[in-house]
Amino acid sequence: MNAAVLEVRDLRTHFGAAKAVDGVSFSVARGEVLGLVGESGSGKSVTGFSIIGLVDPPGTIVGGQIVFDGRDITHSSREEMRALRGRRMAMIFQDPMMTLNPVLRIDTQMIEAVQAHENVSRADARARARDALGMVGIPSPDERLRAYPHQFSGGMRQRVVIAIALLHRPDFIIADEPTTALDVTIQAQILAEMQELVAQNNTSLIWITHDLAVVSRLADRIAVMYAGRIVESGSVSDVLGSPWHPYTAGLIGSVPSRNRRGERLHQIPGMTPNVARLPTGCAFAPRCARADAMCAQAVPLFTAGMREHRCVHPLPEFRK
Amino acid sequence: MTFSTPLAASVQGDGLAGSAEAAPLIELNDISHSFGTRPDFAARLAISLKLGKPAARVQAVDGVSLVVRRGEVLGLVGESGCGKSTLGRIVAGIVSPTSGSVSWRGKDLKTLSSSARREAKLRVQMIFQNPYASLNPRRKAADIVGEAPRVHGLVEGGLGVFVDEQFRRAGLDPALKHRFPHQFSGGQRQRIGIARALAVQPEFLVCDEAVAALDVSIQAQILNLFMDLRERLNLTYLFISHDLGVVEHISDRVAIMYLGRIVEEAPAEEIFARANHPYTQALLAEVPRLETTKRSFAAIKGELPSPLSPPNGCHFHPRCPHTMPRCRIEVPRMKLVAAGHKSACHLNDAAS
Repeated sequence: MNAAVLEVRDLRTHFGAAKAVDGVSFSVARGEVLGLVGESGSGKSVTGFSIIGLVDPPGTIVGGQIVFDGRDITHSSREEMRALRGRRMAMIFQDPMMTLNPVLRIDTQMIEAVQAHENVSRADARARARDALGMVGIPSPDERLRAYPHQFSGGMRQRVVIAIALLHRPDFIIADEPTTALDVTIQAQILAEMQELVAQNNTSLIWITHDLAVVSRLADRIAVMYAGRIVESGSVSDVLGSPWHPYTAGLIGSVPSRNRRGERLHQIPGMTPNVARLPTGCAFAPRCARADAMCAQAVPLFTAGMREHRCVHPLPEFRK
Repeated sequence: MTFSTPLAASVQGDGLAGSAEAAPLIELNDISHSFGTRPDFAARLAISLKLGKPAARVQAVDGVSLVVRRGEVLGLVGESGCGKSTLGRIVAGIVSPTSGSVSWRGKDLKTLSSSARREAKLRVQMIFQNPYASLNPRRKAADIVGEAPRVHGLVEGGLGVFVDEQFRRAGLDPALKHRFPHQFSGGQRQRIGIARALAVQPEFLVCDEAVAALDVSIQAQILNLFMDLRERLNLTYLFISHDLGVVEHISDRVAIMYLGRIVEEAPAEEIFARANHPYTQALLAEVPRLETTKRSFAAIKGELPSPLSPPNGCHFHPRCPHTMPRCRIEVPRMKLVAAGHKSACHLNDAAS
């Protein structure tokens, strides 16, 4: 892998008292797929929105740095971000109906997206849109360009959104649970296409999801978030094969296929904490069987090779 | 516990041990259900004069026969639009089928007196996917849980004590019972849904994607609760889900549905080890599983066809890798391929 396309350093995005993202650092290399995993409220989506500059008030980035392609974009102006967004970086959302305008035809929306960043003729923009639709596996793209979003099925709609994201062949894509609402067979189709397109264009990808199974097949590296912090990161085989953080281990254990059929699932007791009232120490400690007095103090970042974790009592059976 | 009804007593009376285990609790016989508007007089006239076309009807469920035995968990798997929720609603008695019959403990519901039918329906309760939408936001949790047993006269003694008991059974702190649904987390809200369903002492629970909207760790908690309750209350489940991992974990038997029809039915171990129908095989191949090596996804082609105009013959033939001419014409019947393992595919005839 070569140099990082994106580097996030100690990012803090707060919504008033709620520390949605509180000290997140990671980097993504060119052509790399990073799986950002967490449960609802862990701050994984807010991390994505912060990078692309779409945090809605009252949320603000109160600290840290986002460096994209060697340039600090943390406090870029709206115009600067607009020039980047769509062209150099793109985001794909969970619900395609929220992204697409329901009263405009697909061609109108796609041509607009092309012309927003490049001075090309309408015919050229249209040709580009058609090619993009073909690339994501939409049959007869010429006719489908004239359709409205509601005339597509859920899977096809998500393909349209992916096609729009790919219009300018961005260097970097953030995908926020884009296949969560889709059926298994359709999800597999879209994942297969994303995998291929990203590899072809050498695009970097952050795949935000709660689904460990999807990430395990798609990503190169994985970062597990809990209550606004990354608690563990590393290669997929390391983290999923031998987790160090008890939360990661708990998540893996909760997946039904990891358990003996019909037996009680390994469950993490309690609930995710309120990010407005986080303890100074490890936020997972109240739910953790390994926690003791040491966990009440701020947890430093432990590094070992390419792996990182935040736990003063990492699982010893895996610690080599 | 503080309730007692003749039916509840008779349930305990005929003994949950041994011999009664395999008796069918619910039996669906050639159930079909279609949605659509009935043509009014003007439309009928237009159709008879060949000036109009009959309104399109969606065949949500198409000739399904299914037996759920007492004490078992039957997993019902399918993609969106395949009719699995409609089938669940028919089982729960919320929707009455367009044709076919539903039997409860061997008796056709249609032949029962209205009071007996009401009793039978009360024995079947449903838990919904979305705990946000299935709880009235303007009522307190205690009212939501306590209403049905109060109306049906199942409460003896204080309603408060009764509701506390229901809360504890679903793993909720009774101290929270005066809160409104929005003051609970997603997992807790699903527990309220479970407490509400169990408050009328059902024998049979229809869980329609009951854990689909929950986070992984909360999903594990709720699945464990389902398994505990099954043991404690000797419940029978119809567990509807698109998540094969969840279904594999919790079910004794699994039925796979595609576009309104059941295409395969077998014990859980059998179906996950030796899937017979090409659709089941494709589904199983595409379930993302936790793996530690990066792997490419191999997808079956095509989308679920519109249920407004399903393909002729076998509904799966346009996407099937083994399509034969016969598949386009003839609907395959469910046939026994192994002990307890039924599948509807023409390939099984070719093989024998």
